[in-house]
Amino acid sequence: MRKVFKMEDLECANCAAKMQDAISKIDGVNSVNISFMTQKLTLDAEDERFDAILDAAQKAISKFEKDCVILR
Amino acid sequence: MTKKQKRMLRRILIALAIYLPLMVATRVFPLEPILGDRAVLVELVLFAVPYLIAGYDVLQKGFRGIFNGRVMDENFLMSVATLGAFALVLFPDAEQHFEEGAAVMLFYQVGEFFQSYAVGKTRRSIADMMDIAPEFALVIREGETVEVDPAEVAVGDRLLVRPGDRVPLDGVVLAGSSALDTSALTGESVPRQVAEGDQLVSGCINLTGRLEMRATKEYGQSAVSRILELVENASEKKARTENFVTRFARVYTPIVVLAALLLALIPPLAGFGSWSMWIQRGLTFLVVSCPCALVISVPLSFFAGIGGASRRGVLVKGSNYLEVLAKCDTVAFDKTGTLTSGKFAVVEVQPAEGESADRLLCLAAHAEASSTHPIAISIGEAYGKEIDASRIGKVEERGGYGISAEVDGHRVLVGNARMMQQARIAVGDAPRSNTALYIAADEKYLGCILIADAVKPHSQQAIGKLHDAGVKRVVVLTGDREDVARDVSEQLGVDEYRAQLLPQNKVECIESIMESSPDAKLAFVGDGINDAPVLMRADVGIAMGAMGSDAAIEAADVVLMDDDPQGVAVAIQVARKTMRIVWQNIVFAIGVKVAIMLLAAVGIANMWLAVFGDVGVAVLAILNAMRCMNIARSKD
Repeated sequence: MRKVFKMEDLECANCAAKMQDAISKIDGVNSVNISFMTQKLTLDAEDERFDAILDAAQKAISKFEKDCVILR
Repeated sequence: MTKKQKRMLRRILIALAIYLPLMVATRVFPLEPILGDRAVLVELVLFAVPYLIAGYDVLQKGFRGIFNGRVMDENFLMSVATLGAFALVLFPDAEQHFEEGAAVMLFYQVGEFFQSYAVGKTRRSIADMMDIAPEFALVIREGETVEVDPAEVAVGDRLLVRPGDRVPLDGVVLAGSSALDTSALTGESVPRQVAEGDQLVSGCINLTGRLEMRATKEYGQSAVSRILELVENASEKKARTENFVTRFARVYTPIVVLAALLLALIPPLAGFGSWSMWIQRGLTFLVVSCPCALVISVPLSFFAGIGGASRRGVLVKGSNYLEVLAKCDTVAFDKTGTLTSGKFAVVEVQPAEGESADRLLCLAAHAEASSTHPIAISIGEAYGKEIDASRIGKVEERGGYGISAEVDGHRVLVGNARMMQQARIAVGDAPRSNTALYIAADEKYLGCILIADAVKPHSQQAIGKLHDAGVKRVVVLTGDREDVARDVSEQLGVDEYRAQLLPQNKVECIESIMESSPDAKLAFVGDGINDAPVLMRADVGIAMGAMGSDAAIEAADVVLMDDDPQGVAVAIQVARKTMRIVWQNIVFAIGVKVAIMLLAAVGIANMWLAVFGDVGVAVLAILNAMRCMNIARSKD
């Protein structure tokens, strides 16, 4: 399933790149793209575990930028 | 400003309000004479206040970073560097730097704030430029007008668009006539007239008259949605330069960290100075080295460039295409529909000696009145007045020859050279290669009407602007005849032309041009519908969009929203400006950082310079990148 999410408080472009790398390594993720400019997260991951994967993605993001949240 | 930014600003101002008086006070009233040994501690506490107010979150993030495995994080570095200044309290005899520690943290936070503000401002500017989405739609149901969300309108619904409203969805005019402001989509300031039966494109502002329309597409499928989506997604297709910068940052960071470690550890081990001096230098080195300026400003430039272009009616589907456009030195145009209107129009009326052009046109128009042939239509349009059917008698249309009709009692012949020959009517000198229609009445030659696939009004200017913009070769490709191609080329100032091409020949043509100069890129401009293979094969495929035609948007990499060939020059100008700014930023950021890093290594640069080298450079690069949004309108 491929879904696009808006993110809030994504301030650092370097972090965006690192977040993208970190999320792409999560089990079940087919592809992920974070656009720093538009503050959008495009996640393509397994259907059944999508929510769990999204949680894991949020955790990974919070490690880099504490305040940055994925708007669900 | 976001809430977070407002809070940050408040904190900075409070910290500044405490720091400045403190700084002045401790210089004017030294504490030592009063407090003696405890002066140092008191000073530390005093300066710790603004320091913590300004920087507590930096300290938090810095130390949290270690637990998450990110040791060389900006926040950690700043924390260590400034805490180091406060840590000197452990050496009460040494010169104290509390004031400097607090100041540097304040300075850093000010810089970070500006950086965040600049990024936010750019995002908002682009969002505002793209604020073409309609907020509501007025649906007419059973005689009543209901205000709904545009997304809820179904295909076939009747809608009301009042003067001042935005057209909410793509559709067709049922009643009323008005002028539309299409500048949000095309960048064109001249209003477009519409009346019953005309197409309406979503996003345009209705100016003068009340319109009733029928929706032909859902909101999601309407031009406005598709354009917004396109521009937003365009930043996902990263340009090679963007990828280069990302990879550079990945390689550069470990190198710089290693260099900093060596700088901090080796000289003191070798006995060249104290640990504290070299560690201080190592920290300064690291603070300035952060590649943030590059990593933020490069994507931002492309994003701004794409936004700026779309404001001028040029949709670029990816940052990579902007990059390629900047390198184009050859532009190939399809002729029909791109440089020419694709429709026939009367170019010239050449009456014979003693005849009037008006009468010629009048007779021809009446003779051709009943024909649906494009040539007949163009004569009717050129005539412009009402056809009086009572003047027309018997009409005979002869395929391959022309029309023979009775008009005002005269036997009028309107046809090609063959028809004239057959009727044994001599015509004047050979006209130009455009399609010529000869008119004769009662066996007498009256004159001829020249019809051509008219060149678009701005085509010549467009070619001129391309040359001005630095394009070396402009080539016209056409399936039309050699002489037509030559004529059009001369008229427009085109450098080369290739005529009588079948569609597959066009692909071969541009392939051979692309091969002959592999470094320079080629852009092909076509009208989308039948030029798909060529559009795909060219380095950049540019299509005439007619305000959002699906075929064009699908096939091409760049879409010109108003079918004006001048858009190609705009696209290339935007692309070149964007690339120029991107490289300015790259050179500036790396140059300044390396210079400061070297200065830090030899001890000339202090923490102030380092913080500037990091945050100051980033802010300047971001401000510079915002220039990509402004594409000055050239005087037409």
